[in-house]
Amino acid sequence: MLKRVHYKSSPLPYLLVMPQIIITMVFFIWPASQALFQSVLIEDAFGLSSEFVWFENFTALFEDDLYLDTFKRTAVFSLLVAFSSMSVALLLAGMADRVVKAATVYRTFLIWPYAVAPVVAGALWMFMFDPTLGVMATFLDLFGYDWNFRVNGGEAMVLVVIAASWKQVSYNFLFFLAAMQSIPKSMIEAAAIDGAGPWRRFWSIVFPLISPTTFFLLVMNIVYAFFDTFGIIHAITKGGPAKATEILVYKVYNDGFIGLDLGGSAAQSVILMVLVIALTAIQFRYIEKKVDY
Amino acid sequence: MVENRPFATFVSHAVLVCGVLLIAFPIWITFVAASHDAVRITQVPLPLWPGDQFFGNLYDTLTKGVGNAREQSVGLMLLNSLAMALMIAVGKIAISLLSAFAIVYFDFRFRMFFFWIIFITLMLPVEVRILPTFSVVANLGMLDTYLGLSVPLIASATATFMFRQVFLTIPDELLEAARLDGAGPLRFFKDILLPMSRTNIAALFVILFIYGWNQYLWPLLITTDKSMYTIVMGIKQMLEAAEESPEWHLIMMTTLLAMLPPVVVIVFMQKLFVKGLTETEK
Repeated sequence: MLKRVHYKSSPLPYLLVMPQIIITMVFFIWPASQALFQSVLIEDAFGLSSEFVWFENFTALFEDDLYLDTFKRTAVFSLLVAFSSMSVALLLAGMADRVVKAATVYRTFLIWPYAVAPVVAGALWMFMFDPTLGVMATFLDLFGYDWNFRVNGGEAMVLVVIAASWKQVSYNFLFFLAAMQSIPKSMIEAAAIDGAGPWRRFWSIVFPLISPTTFFLLVMNIVYAFFDTFGIIHAITKGGPAKATEILVYKVYNDGFIGLDLGGSAAQSVILMVLVIALTAIQFRYIEKKVDY
Repeated sequence: MVENRPFATFVSHAVLVCGVLLIAFPIWITFVAASHDAVRITQVPLPLWPGDQFFGNLYDTLTKGVGNAREQSVGLMLLNSLAMALMIAVGKIAISLLSAFAIVYFDFRFRMFFFWIIFITLMLPVEVRILPTFSVVANLGMLDTYLGLSVPLIASATATFMFRQVFLTIPDELLEAARLDGAGPLRFFKDILLPMSRTNIAALFVILFIYGWNQYLWPLLITTDKSMYTIVMGIKQMLEAAEESPEWHLIMMTTLLAMLPPVVVIVFMQKLFVKGLTETEK
């Protein structure tokens, strides 16, 4: 970690790390410890005094059916987003890998949704699926389907999953394509000589060889669905109708800033932190076991 | 190409073209909506082909603003977004370069302690610490300021890790040579390390610019003054107003404006973007 040839200690290195350490302390460590501290307190209704209650906020959360539902909903949402965006990306990357030269051209046309802000993506899809005006609502109406995500919770969930997956396809596509292109051509050729067609080659050789990337992307997509989709949900449904699309991050915001339940919101933050730590740990294990082709 | 299968190649192209069209479809609809006038955009079915009001709408949006944010011109929101994105990108790169330099090239007390403090930030995305961070920023009097918008998002472990990785691959001989020539640490940093990590800095800049531009929750919380709105949160305000008086043609124009800068950056700096993405994530 330290260079073999390096400078001896002096005040200089302290000055160099200082900006980052100060910002980290003030805006990361201190607020996070505040959240930890808040999570074991209950404030009275006027915010005048607070009482130390051990883990009461946490036990209250886990006894609250609403919170448990939010947990399940978040799991369903993130798995749906991960599965749909990864399978579309895998299909497109598999095709792009075949057309060697044109692959970079297609890549250009496929990566740009990564740059679209979640709220903006939400606005796009909300407009397309607007119950009265939307192009897609009109289209569904042709088949006699009465689409209204403002009333129907299931439809609201479908819409936020589509919007969130749309944004994530480009990211997955990039990583899948890079992984496929790093597989030695000789392996594919050997299989072709043995008489394996494209379909067989994909499932017997390509797919197993890119499995580390698939696993990495699964973790990244779950992290994305957990934290980065706040804007999409806030723009399209605001967690509604009747909490049908309220995921964990949205609930932290809603309970803390709108409901002003500081203890409960802080306890939820702490649970989220534990989840991030777990996901990061999984991700790091993946890096250690990274397969070299 | 392993073998010659014209039909399979044709299928590949067909699937890819369908994928591209599917991905681009929402943008087409947005573009079409942004090019019609207020009356046409409220009549079902909506047009699927562009109208002739594009530049008129563009002018209206940039000068007048839309919906709730009426007093606030979209032009200023774009400037606010630009300022925030640049401050975040430049700030992150600057502090990460310095701390990575210190951690890799100096032997000093608490080196590993500092490293772990930086590492921990990886686990604290802004979404999980919003309430307490908000009160810190409020206590520092940084609400409704550019500093409040950018500084709390500046510290990041990923950038520091990336530079650490880059510095570790730079041969030791360079430092020895620099020392023989009598260069001090700062001289070595400026004349050797910085030029050698130029492409990494550029790649990281592309990623961070997009990250900064697309920030939403944070600006939403700490700005109440309309003159500090960023374009991304401005859209949200417009959507809320749209429930009473739909001005979809102007909202969609704003949407196009909001995604143009980051999309242009990605498309024209594709190589750097891919490099930045793969190096910061892995």
